[in-house]
Amino acid sequence: MSMSDALPPVQNLPAAHHSPVSRRQGSRPSARRTAWIRRLPLLPALIYMIVVTQVPFLVTVWYSFRGWNSQVPGSNKFVGFKSYSAVLSDPMFRSAAVVTVEMTASAVILSMLLGTSLAILINRKFRGRGIVRTMLITPFLVIPVATGLLFQTTIYGNYFGILDWIVGWFGISQVTWVSTFALPSVVAVLVWEWTPFMMLIVLAGLQSESLEALEAARVDGANAFQTFVSITFPHLRRYIELGLLLGSIYIVQTFGEIFILTQGAGGSNGAATTNFAYYIYKQVYNAFNYSQGSAAGVIVVIATEIVAAFTLRLLSGLFQAAESMS
Amino acid sequence: MKRSLKREAEVSRSSGAFGDPNPMADSTRVTIERGEGMHKLSRGLASDASHKTGRSSAISRRRARLVLLGGAVAAIAGVGGIYAGFAQAKSSTKSTNVVTIKIAIESNTNMLNIENEISEFYKLYPGIRVDFDTLNENNERALVETDVSTHANEFNAVMISNYETPIWAKNGWLVNLTPALTADTSYDVNDLLTPIKDALTYNGGLYSVPFYGESSMLYYRKSILKAAGVTMPLHPTWKQVAAIAAKINTPSVAGICLRGINGWGDNLAVMDTIVNTFGGSWFNDKWQPQLTSTPDEQAWNFYVKLIKADGESGASQDNFPQCETLYGEGKAAMWYDATVAAGLITTTYPKVGADTGYAYAPTGNATTGAPGVHSGWLYTWSLSIPKGVGDQAQTLKFLEWATSKQYLDYSATKLGWANINPGTRYSTYSNPNYQKAAAAFYKVTLNSINTATPSHATDPNVAIPYAGVQFVDEPWFINLGNDVSNELESAIAGTETVSQALAASQADAKAAVTSAGLLK
Repeated sequence: MSMSDALPPVQNLPAAHHSPVSRRQGSRPSARRTAWIRRLPLLPALIYMIVVTQVPFLVTVWYSFRGWNSQVPGSNKFVGFKSYSAVLSDPMFRSAAVVTVEMTASAVILSMLLGTSLAILINRKFRGRGIVRTMLITPFLVIPVATGLLFQTTIYGNYFGILDWIVGWFGISQVTWVSTFALPSVVAVLVWEWTPFMMLIVLAGLQSESLEALEAARVDGANAFQTFVSITFPHLRRYIELGLLLGSIYIVQTFGEIFILTQGAGGSNGAATTNFAYYIYKQVYNAFNYSQGSAAGVIVVIATEIVAAFTLRLLSGLFQAAESMS
Repeated sequence: MKRSLKREAEVSRSSGAFGDPNPMADSTRVTIERGEGMHKLSRGLASDASHKTGRSSAISRRRARLVLLGGAVAAIAGVGGIYAGFAQAKSSTKSTNVVTIKIAIESNTNMLNIENEISEFYKLYPGIRVDFDTLNENNERALVETDVSTHANEFNAVMISNYETPIWAKNGWLVNLTPALTADTSYDVNDLLTPIKDALTYNGGLYSVPFYGESSMLYYRKSILKAAGVTMPLHPTWKQVAAIAAKINTPSVAGICLRGINGWGDNLAVMDTIVNTFGGSWFNDKWQPQLTSTPDEQAWNFYVKLIKADGESGASQDNFPQCETLYGEGKAAMWYDATVAAGLITTTYPKVGADTGYAYAPTGNATTGAPGVHSGWLYTWSLSIPKGVGDQAQTLKFLEWATSKQYLDYSATKLGWANINPGTRYSTYSNPNYQKAAAAFYKVTLNSINTATPSHATDPNVAIPYAGVQFVDEPWFINLGNDVSNELESAIAGTETVSQALAASQADAKAAVTSAGLLK
């Protein structure tokens, strides 16, 4: 490992100032030992991380180079990049890429807009604020599959759904929401789930705002809108960026809501809600093509790493800019 | 899940193998420690935050409470997990000669019935306990297929259908049940309905036993048709059905209820029977996809138009249970679906049941007027034993009991004759009690099953290379079928046209047979 390569020069440094005897027999442990004492408590966590994340990933990579379809006996043998080319030439995979971007971006942006508005509201004092806040947080605590079921039966449901009842007032009869508006239906559920998350992050930002600065703005005669645009929003920017980043990381992986609501169907190609996660599920549990599922998984991991690296660099740059400004 | 856990716990308690409650106490201790840790952590957070402003300290205390709540939830989940693991470990342990067999079953009314009647089995075989893993159709399929194809062998027996049985038997994944069943004369293997038995047979061996069997038929409300001055023939054509639907359709009562939701066993099962009788097929004898052929296109257009004009308003999200409810509650005047619904309507909705007429699956090409083949499907949920699993003798005892005459007789005393598992045995249909209780529909059901043609479902003049009425009996079909069923749902919902849906389905089908190496 690279850590141990770097160790010897560090170890030699104190040797120049202390006698060899005091280094070995003194009350202070050796540098090597200190280093290990520091690392030791981290080791179990590191080993655990490697076992539960890296080993499965390597196994996935291994399977992606084999042609294993469990329904075809004897197919579990090395086929090189065949699974990769099959995945990349699959129009459904390309459609899944577009769906993933659309679904993630719209859910993250909408929940951030709603979350910010609610955070500003909740930041004010009013009667029953505690109850309202608890109620607003609740959607985030519900399991995705339960949320999916809740929406499927009570909101979008055929014949008995609340949405049908509401549009009924305007003389519109029976819309099959999940089939007709497949992607918006899933995004609406995601927004319902993730708005509280965004709200909490932005609320944390609002509450760390300097009261002196707000006071000064008021003394200088700024109105509420000017204060928000010139003081509050620049302050919130970091928090919003963090919310967007974390939200994207989680929402990219959406599966439960799709599984319950649409099974990947909808739209003009019958796959308007098949995102990467659902595509991989289909490869494994519908086609039983473990290798193609693995290859798709590997491609998605690589693509996500690239996007995440860029995003993080962008964000950390902005963090530094914000710090140097203040 | 919860139910099966509980049962496992009871089983192990009664077997007396694990009287020691200590593992639970340990897990509780873990919980408390974890809870304290959380509390400390959140207190730390709170005091840290309180340096800033009074307001934010109040917030962080509240936030701390939230964290604490989260910790409690996590702790409870932890206990559940530990307990589940513990119960799991117990169930697989054999003691005092009690063997627990684990069976994956699909959740519908008939399966839930046998779960409730299992005590009768325990009376007959005190040394065997059955642990049901009940899942919905698609999940059960995915789980069982993964389990059996990777030889994980978590289940002693699995519930599959006439789609999987021949494919899996060919792959050598299932135990041939013929020798054991023929040796046991009380089982009377020749009493099983021949078409159903044939559908579960591969190379002369029976690889799974039918739990219930079905074809498809048309249900209609006699009073509504009479009021409209129309009569339904016993063997209707689709053209007649569409004309009747148009005549009786009202805003509050749909002319006909049909499946629209995606899934190869959902909307596509119904669609395929119509394609067959229209003279269409999935593939020609060279495995070239036929989804854009004239008869296929006529069938799809007919189905989508019928639903849009006179079907139920939410069709694109409807399946068997939704149609059962709509028809049973008088919101639909006709319903084309599985024959197994006859018993359910009679029992669950007696008023509508008494007013229900039963007709054979409609036939004919409604566009050209050509008479078509008999179009009822053939389906059975059956039980099989994966090769290499343990306790096969005990498992076989359960399989025999669950599909025996004795079980049907017992079931009749609990549920009434009309509601027993239909479509498996000749003796059911010759039983005067059943004939009386199911007088209105038993003949249509039996004849539909007997005349189903799974070996060549479409027009005899159209050469096809595959078996199956409402599916193509090939391993790659699940994926293709699901993709095509998505297109059908979109066409019914109106988010794409029928020709777009069929063009995309044709491309999917081509990709499927090409990668399977069938189409050069």
